[in-house]
Amino acid sequence: MGLNEKPLSTLHEKSSYDLGDFDVPTGREEAWRFTPLTRLKGLHNGKAEAAGHVRLDVDAAPEVTVETVGRDDARVGKSFTPTDRVSAQAWNSFEKATVITVPREAVASKPTVLTLTGEGDGAAYGHLVVKVEPLAEAVVVLDHKGSAVYADNIEFVVGEGANLKVVSLQDWDDDAVHVSHHHAQLAKDATFRSFVVTLGGDLVRLSPSVAYTAPGGDADLSGVYFVDAGQHLEHRLLVDHSQPHCKSNVDYRGALQGDRAHAVWIGDVIIRVEAEGTDTYELNRNLILTDGARADSVPNLEILTGEVAGAGHASASGRLDDEHIFYLQARGIPHDEARRLVVRGFLGQLIEKIHVEELRERVMSAVEAELAR
Amino acid sequence: MSTLEIRDLHVAVEDKEILRGVNLTVNSGQTHAIMGPNGSGKSTLAYAIAGHPKYTVTGGRVLLDGVDLLELSVDERARAGLFLAMQYPVEVPGVSVSNFLRSAVTAVRGEAPKLREFAKDLKNGMDALSIDPAFAQRNLNEGFSGGEKKRHEILQMELLNPKIAVLDETDSGLDVDALRVVSEGINRFRATGDTGVLLITHYTRILRYVKPDFVHVFAGGRIVEAGGPELADKLEAEGYEQYTKASA
Ligand SMILES: Nc1ncnc2c1ncn2[C@@H]1O[C@H](COP(=O)(O)OP(=O)(O)OP(=O)(O)O)[C@@H](O)[C@H]1O
Ligand SMILES: [Mg+2]
Repeated sequence: MGLNEKPLSTLHEKSSYDLGDFDVPTGREEAWRFTPLTRLKGLHNGKAEAAGHVRLDVDAAPEVTVETVGRDDARVGKSFTPTDRVSAQAWNSFEKATVITVPREAVASKPTVLTLTGEGDGAAYGHLVVKVEPLAEAVVVLDHKGSAVYADNIEFVVGEGANLKVVSLQDWDDDAVHVSHHHAQLAKDATFRSFVVTLGGDLVRLSPSVAYTAPGGDADLSGVYFVDAGQHLEHRLLVDHSQPHCKSNVDYRGALQGDRAHAVWIGDVIIRVEAEGTDTYELNRNLILTDGARADSVPNLEILTGEVAGAGHASASGRLDDEHIFYLQARGIPHDEARRLVVRGFLGQLIEKIHVEELRERVMSAVEAELAR
Repeated sequence: MSTLEIRDLHVAVEDKEILRGVNLTVNSGQTHAIMGPNGSGKSTLAYAIAGHPKYTVTGGRVLLDGVDLLELSVDERARAGLFLAMQYPVEVPGVSVSNFLRSAVTAVRGEAPKLREFAKDLKNGMDALSIDPAFAQRNLNEGFSGGEKKRHEILQMELLNPKIAVLDETDSGLDVDALRVVSEGINRFRATGDTGVLLITHYTRILRYVKPDFVHVFAGGRIVEAGGPELADKLEAEGYEQYTKASA
């Protein structure tokens, strides 16, 4: 490394809009080694023809505009460049994009709910832009359900001093395949809160990323997942601190039960040379409830500057603690209820942070239902 | 009137025999103290009665009012009227004290207590043990000091109102004030009448507050001597040496 050269991050350096720039993954690549490619139904190798349909219904706050636009719309694709093959495939394959705009200084009076319903048979590709103009505030809910083979890119463009809270529920039917990239771009003093809940689907691979364009950005990324037998639920986070004095906090927690239940969590945080005063923490915890379930958890914290305000990470995957269960049972609480109390407690601490009350209740009861299986 | 009968109880941990024939009968209205050196198997006795999965009963019986506790699951034993105050209560993250207690009371009583009544009982119980009401919202035992954990064990005992309570070193690690508060809790529980107490301790200190009817010396995995309260004073003066030699 020469004197005038900045050290470069080794993470996620490749980006392009051109599908040809990405080789078809073989499974040996670092970015693909955990994902069962054969279950992607061709999303990764160009064989998933866009013959399917994911219906979009929008229930928007009155302050918010919703538009369906063509690929050439000036607001589309401005905040990100695809960094992997499926993201590039989705970028090259969608026909119409949805653009949600929260006008300058507007404060949305209710959540804007986008319900995406997979209607089976064939792949579909999507693109969504949520643009929150300076000083505006909004809550956006993405509710994925039904049966689909779906790849999409979502841009969350959060303007100066703006505040965007997003809840994304992956509540798909058992056979769904979903590969999604959430790209958040934070302007000066922008606040971004993301809460991801992944429960349903055969394979879900969700990659939330955060980029900062100016100092003062504050991102909080939380996630809860419940993995059942045979499911592969993968979350790959990337927070790229390229600006000074920005904050990020990542907290993902999952419970796994059943044979071949597989959770993957990758947490990449880069603190670049110019990002002095960065404050970041990332955490992943997995609770393995039965034999045959597996959790892979890989935090990567890459610090290229000496001037951080705080940087840390932690990852822990473990069994339900027999001593906890014994203690509760010794007070008369039956085994199944004791188990429920502990798991509910483990996930509930995080679920309480969901920004929309009805969703909190829905997610909590979904977790209860999973536990009752 | 309730009776806990322990008959020739043998217990192993990981194939190592720890209890070698324990015999003891505790009737309601009685308080039995068990004293004995470290590692003699006192906690093993307590855990085995409660049904901790690490302890394997290799022989003997434990009956509560004629019901064989060893046939029951851990929670069934608790619902049958057995309570164990643990030497080292575990921390359970994410489960609040009030939520836990409500679940436990519901399970033991067989029906959910009325919310207002429960809130009142809880508040009174906490007041009596000088526990700050804010603890109700905290996670169970998480970050509690040693003394705070022990007070919560007694709070649980008073709320669950068992037939027989086994208290494993509830007095250890308590300062003088806490010892008094905890002892008062045990005495309130004893005063309700139809309850028996098996109190495991190293010190006669607590026995000055909680007067035992019987004192048993525990060594080498069994009871080696039994007597009245005066035996405790003798143990304090002379130690366990004569018993550990004999049982070795
Ligand atoms: N879970 C366990 N695994 C292995 N050994 C154990 C276990 N529990 C108890 N033992 C062993 O059994 C013996 C009795 O232990 P126990 O805890 O019952 O003693 P105790 O009389 O309660 O001692 P103390 O006064 O120190 O509390 C000890 O030798 C201990 O090491
Ligand atoms: Mg002990």
